[in-house]
Amino acid sequence: MTALLEVAGISKSFTGLRALENVSFVVPEGSIVGLIGPNGAGKTTCFNVVAGVTRADAGEVRLAGTRIDGWRPDQVCRAGIGRTFQLVKPFAGLSVMENVLVGALNACASVREAKARAGDIIEQLGLAEKRRAMAASLTLPERKRLEVARALATGPRLLMLDEVMAGLRPTETDHMVALFRTLNANMGLTILLIEHVMRAVMALSSGLIVLNHGQVIAAGPPAEVTRDPAVLECYLGEEAV
Amino acid sequence: MIHLLTDGVSRRALKLLAGLCLALIAAPLAASDYLITVLILVLYFAYVGQAWNIMMGFAGQLSLGHALYVGLGAYAAAALYVHFGVGPWLGLWVAMASAAAVGAVIGFLAFRFGVGGVYFAILTIAFAEFARIGFDHWSWLGGSAGLFLPVANYAHNDLLTLRGGPTMFYYVMLTMTGAAFVVCHALLRSRIGYYWLAIRESPDAAQALGIDIFRCKMVAVVVSAAMTSLGGVLFAFYYNNLFPEQIFHISRSIELILGPIIGGIGTLVGPIVGAFLLTALAETLSEILRWAGIDLPGIKQVFYGFCLLGVVMFLPDGVWPPLGRWLGLAREEGER
Amino acid sequence: MPAEIYLNVAVSGLLTGLVYGLMALGLSVIFGVVRVVNFAHGEMMTIAMYLAVALFSAYKLDPLVMLVPIAAVLFALGYVMQRGLINPFINRPEHSQFMLLVAVALIMVNALLIAFGPDARGVQTSYAFASFALGPLIVDANKAYAALAAVAVAGGLFAFFRYTLLGKAIRACADNYAGALVVGLDVKQLYALTFAIGSACVGACGAMMVLLVDVTPPLGPTYTLLAFVIVITGGLGSMAGALLGGVLIGVTEAMGGLLFTPSAKSMFTFAILVVVLLFRPQGLLGKRLT
Repeated sequence: MTALLEVAGISKSFTGLRALENVSFVVPEGSIVGLIGPNGAGKTTCFNVVAGVTRADAGEVRLAGTRIDGWRPDQVCRAGIGRTFQLVKPFAGLSVMENVLVGALNACASVREAKARAGDIIEQLGLAEKRRAMAASLTLPERKRLEVARALATGPRLLMLDEVMAGLRPTETDHMVALFRTLNANMGLTILLIEHVMRAVMALSSGLIVLNHGQVIAAGPPAEVTRDPAVLECYLGEEAV
Repeated sequence: MIHLLTDGVSRRALKLLAGLCLALIAAPLAASDYLITVLILVLYFAYVGQAWNIMMGFAGQLSLGHALYVGLGAYAAAALYVHFGVGPWLGLWVAMASAAAVGAVIGFLAFRFGVGGVYFAILTIAFAEFARIGFDHWSWLGGSAGLFLPVANYAHNDLLTLRGGPTMFYYVMLTMTGAAFVVCHALLRSRIGYYWLAIRESPDAAQALGIDIFRCKMVAVVVSAAMTSLGGVLFAFYYNNLFPEQIFHISRSIELILGPIIGGIGTLVGPIVGAFLLTALAETLSEILRWAGIDLPGIKQVFYGFCLLGVVMFLPDGVWPPLGRWLGLAREEGER
Repeated sequence: MPAEIYLNVAVSGLLTGLVYGLMALGLSVIFGVVRVVNFAHGEMMTIAMYLAVALFSAYKLDPLVMLVPIAAVLFALGYVMQRGLINPFINRPEHSQFMLLVAVALIMVNALLIAFGPDARGVQTSYAFASFALGPLIVDANKAYAALAAVAVAGGLFAFFRYTLLGKAIRACADNYAGALVVGLDVKQLYALTFAIGSACVGACGAMMVLLVDVTPPLGPTYTLLAFVIVITGGLGSMAGALLGGVLIGVTEAMGGLLFTPSAKSMFTFAILVVVLLFRPQGLLGKRLT
């Protein structure tokens, strides 16, 4: 499989705090990869570097062979990466439909097309009933789904999800997992997800990357990684379901 | 084509709008000359308020120096007419271009260098003041003594050079305000309109969805500036005299934002409602004072101040949102 | 032009600048702590100036002598404004707060216009035309006394914030709102006091300013803008920066007026503002606002 996302030697410090140190990994095209690790390991910082929100001190990021490190977030999105935020950022004063519409405009030439695309995605994410509701009136699980819908609407090749399962009930989690599996299988959507909900991670991922204290301590198929002594050590006492 | 614009707007709203339009078109037939001049002023404030609203309500940038663009437009068109005999219909293109250029400079300086919020507001004030003092010393444009347009006779209406009586100006202003309304309505439903709203709500999320914030903000500033300058062109040909002290003064800038703030920032109808309401109340106040025999210069401004205070404290979204709800104009998708 | 003229003009600008600096200091204190942009700052100073003029024409009382009472009146005004009007606005969006004070400023300016009329009013003290000679320097007595008063008040303010318990409590609110609440400080009260102190500052400044210029109602907005330029140049939240900025602007204005035309001198002020906003938005001595 060809690599869609290649991260090589990324380091980032925030005034004295080493958030990422020589982080390298590969996300193969068409796969679902989980980025896991204890709290404060640097996972979201990693996302932010890839998405262009934070500039790395050193290293390269490549999307399908093209270097994208140093690009602005909107340029990264147009290149084909969609991302969600850990603390969801809905357009509170707009309706659900309008929220997703904004995302869809990235992938469509006209507002009319974008509306149609947005409508489809809203259906897929189970938000059809709430399409006219103000985003501010949604519950947290609904906001998370909106966040995913919006990112999906941009038509990404790589979808980066930052803890989208947090706070969801098990049935909702299963629904999301099924959705991502479908998108991955039918559309070949590559997914990189940060997750603490192990149920989802293990169900989805074909590969895992483990971060601890800003360094990659293990990478590979889930079965191997979860037996790796270094991984077990860093997780001891941090049981998350 | 019309249906594209009426898409998503409730029937009730359309009927009310049609009614209002008819009333406004027919007004000069029934109204006194004085009332027409008042209406011209109302429409003028509705127009420039709408133009300002694009920058503030849609792109979220508070400009307190918008009189700058009015002045630039006025002086550009007036100078061309006075010095080269170029009529306003050609002059307005130069007016828009100059205002757009200055707006682009301000926008660039602000957005590239991350100047936002209050700092941006102060930057806009500074530019307007700079223009005020600068034009005071610009003798080719009349300097502080003013620039005067040659006035023919009022009996004869000449649309080409905008020389004529109040009724002619009324219809020109009405057309401008109507056009502004339609343009803003269309903008809000367009790609850039949605992008502006997204940036206003959450710039981070907007960027993550592929929106080029700098470019969108620049478009808002440039469009707002160009639109405002047309108000200035009309101002020049209506009043026939321009003084930097007056046209660039900060009280002009504050005056023109009263309408949209009182009516409702970010709404389509807000600036228009605000302008009408404000003028109606002010004229009523003037009448009462005249009847009571009291003559206090500055009382109108104090009144405006209290209106603004009241709105900011109790109706932060402006008068239009609750008014619209009361009139039963429920917010449909895409309608603001 | 002989060098003495430049020197005299520069010194004159410096002295005026110290008074400007005090005015900006009040604004800086308010913004630094309460985080409210007091758009009515200049208007409040104009009120103080009119008070001084009224007291002088009625009782022949020298403005500098009336400094404390005038400051006290403005203190009360500021306290009431913050407590009554502005406190509920602390958590509203920035432009709402701004517009609130714009409205207040609008009311103030025009109320003054109604009360006192548009003509300029001034104060003619006994030393109005006196001056001191220091070598080549000829210093106006008015400017000298005003500047001295400004430095004295500024010094008092520094001492207050550094050495008194109340001053430290206020600084705590500025540094860490939540922290201040947690240790039991009555933040609302402290905000009101801070606004009051900033207003008293501007009140004292008004008493001094009336020795330098005649007062008209439109002076309010002009000085509000000037105060902002100085505060931004010197650094928001930095007291020393406000004074430094004031002196810088005062000298620039004076020199600009000398080298070009007097009526164009504020253009330099705005040029400085633009340059500072672009290249050093935190000002000369300010801390970067997070």
